[in-house]
Amino acid sequence: MALTSITFHELHHKMLALKKKREQQQLNGGNSNTSARVISGAQIRVQKDVTELELPPTIELQFDNPNDLLHFTVTIKPADGLYKGGVFPFSCEISEDYPIKPPKFLCIPKIYHPNIDLEGNVCLNILREDWKPILSLTSILLGLQILFLEPNPNDPLNKEAATELARDRHKFSTLVKRSMLGGYVGEVRYDQVLRR
Amino acid sequence: MAAFSPLTDPSIGPSLRSRGPFADPDYTPEFGSDSISESKILVIGAGGLGCEILKNLVLSGFRDIHVIDMDTIDVSNLNRQFLFRKEDVGRSKAIAASEFVMRRIRRGVRITPYFGKIQDKPKEYYRGFTLVICGLDSVEARRWINATLVDLAAEGDIVPMVDGGTEGFRGQTRVIIPTISSCYECSLDLLPTKRTFPVCTIANTPRLPEHCIEWAHQLLWPKNFPQRKFDADLEQHVDWIYDQALFRANEFGIEGVTRSLTLGVVKNIVPAIASTNAIIAASCCNEAFKFVTSCNPVLDNYMMYSGDQSVYSYSFCLEKKPDCPVCGSLAQDLTVPRFFTLQELLDLVAEKPKFQLKAPSVATSDRNLYLRFPEQLETLTRPNLELKLIDLISESEELLITDRSLPLSLKLRVRFTGDSERPKDSGNLSLIR
Repeated sequence: MALTSITFHELHHKMLALKKKREQQQLNGGNSNTSARVISGAQIRVQKDVTELELPPTIELQFDNPNDLLHFTVTIKPADGLYKGGVFPFSCEISEDYPIKPPKFLCIPKIYHPNIDLEGNVCLNILREDWKPILSLTSILLGLQILFLEPNPNDPLNKEAATELARDRHKFSTLVKRSMLGGYVGEVRYDQVLRR
Repeated sequence: MAAFSPLTDPSIGPSLRSRGPFADPDYTPEFGSDSISESKILVIGAGGLGCEILKNLVLSGFRDIHVIDMDTIDVSNLNRQFLFRKEDVGRSKAIAASEFVMRRIRRGVRITPYFGKIQDKPKEYYRGFTLVICGLDSVEARRWINATLVDLAAEGDIVPMVDGGTEGFRGQTRVIIPTISSCYECSLDLLPTKRTFPVCTIANTPRLPEHCIEWAHQLLWPKNFPQRKFDADLEQHVDWIYDQALFRANEFGIEGVTRSLTLGVVKNIVPAIASTNAIIAASCCNEAFKFVTSCNPVLDNYMMYSGDQSVYSYSFCLEKKPDCPVCGSLAQDLTVPRFFTLQELLDLVAEKPKFQLKAPSVATSDRNLYLRFPEQLETLTRPNLELKLIDLISESEELLITDRSLPLSLKLRVRFTGDSERPKDSGNLSLIR
């Protein structure tokens, strides 16, 4: 019990003292405080998350407006795996409800990937059903990078790509290379994403 | 008509005249009565809970009540938000509710409505209230008012908050005494997150009607209308989602896609039950009454009510979280000379033994002054370090400092003193404290 009846009494006296103090202040010409905006819980959390990111050199962040930490671009440049040599920018939007709601990510170029569809939607469990406020921006960005190192055929968003990966990894690898050059895979022409 | 007196009022008089066994030792009926008459209460939200709260407050003898709501009245509100009539549809909830109550209760009650967002009002506005009662449907608004009241408490003005919430047959009441009991942010991690489905399930293997609706809403809409943002308040938008979801459900042999389920999923509607609202609003107003009069101890500090499996209720104390980002570290005052640069402020803070910062980032509520990371932002904000603080912020503006070595953030209210010109030989900054 944190607020027992005894602390309730103390509290009550405290409130009475404050009331007197406030009346006194009003007599003395009011409070000198400016009406500046209050710093919100979401702002504190976002500032901590962004300025304390621990990222490998393969992940870069780009902000358009330095006063807006809620919108930015994340670029992943895998140093290994099937997508090595590619440059993959994602737009990120953090809502005022962060960290209750997870941030939203969209892959900007059209890419051939089992877990990313042609509109840029990403299938990553911690971005949706497994998001917890205790997770941070660092965990999501590392999660995005893992999608490029270990594409997962079991959670398909691009069904054709997932089927191909499960069936013949070697052929899938060839198709990834072709798509990254800006070529066709099946009916779809993908964007050129190779580092120049 | 005789002037209204809480002490002789047949409904609230008895609870004021007889002191409870746990009442404050100094409690007198006159004190309780005067406290009610002199108090100024803020009600946030004039919806399902708000209507009940306003009615309860005026019937409990409160006379100076303010109410804020940003919403207008929708026809679907009329079944439970009993202060509104058909002809009020489209009007401001706060204004319509105030007018109705003032018309019905004539004993010197003054209700002041504000049609807008709580964020429109400055911190100073909230300082003058005895107590705030919230009947809100948004986490964001609760977090905002909580942070504002914690901020005021840090300056010595404690304005308690009674927070009510309902969802179907379930509800909760919570009493927050900023900086003394746990705050809303302390228990944020306990909130259930919205029910979501994996994108791949929605896209490939739908099994539930909700999967079909989410497919149309999350994936099909942005693909078909990349330029148009989905608006759940527009009938033709919801109709489109419903048609597409129904088509997909038939394709996969899934039953249960209806228009009302569609609306429920896309708007994230929680069912509202009038009687649950009445129970929770009554509990909130009882806590307000006890707090203001001190005739009996208040709820310590959380009550849950569950009416969906028989009836169950339980109250317990949510503990303060030591590293709560809002109430774990209160704003501290710091006085610096007018000629100080941002860099000098950071150096001063870093060397104070109680802070011990290594790589601080600093911002105001709307501008980033210096961010240590990422590199791009560091480069952009670095020139500010050489600028005079007085040109970057206004007197008493709050600064937020975060640092890798701090589990919490640090809030500072900077005041200026002395000359704006640097004295000729002031090499020794350690003299300034």
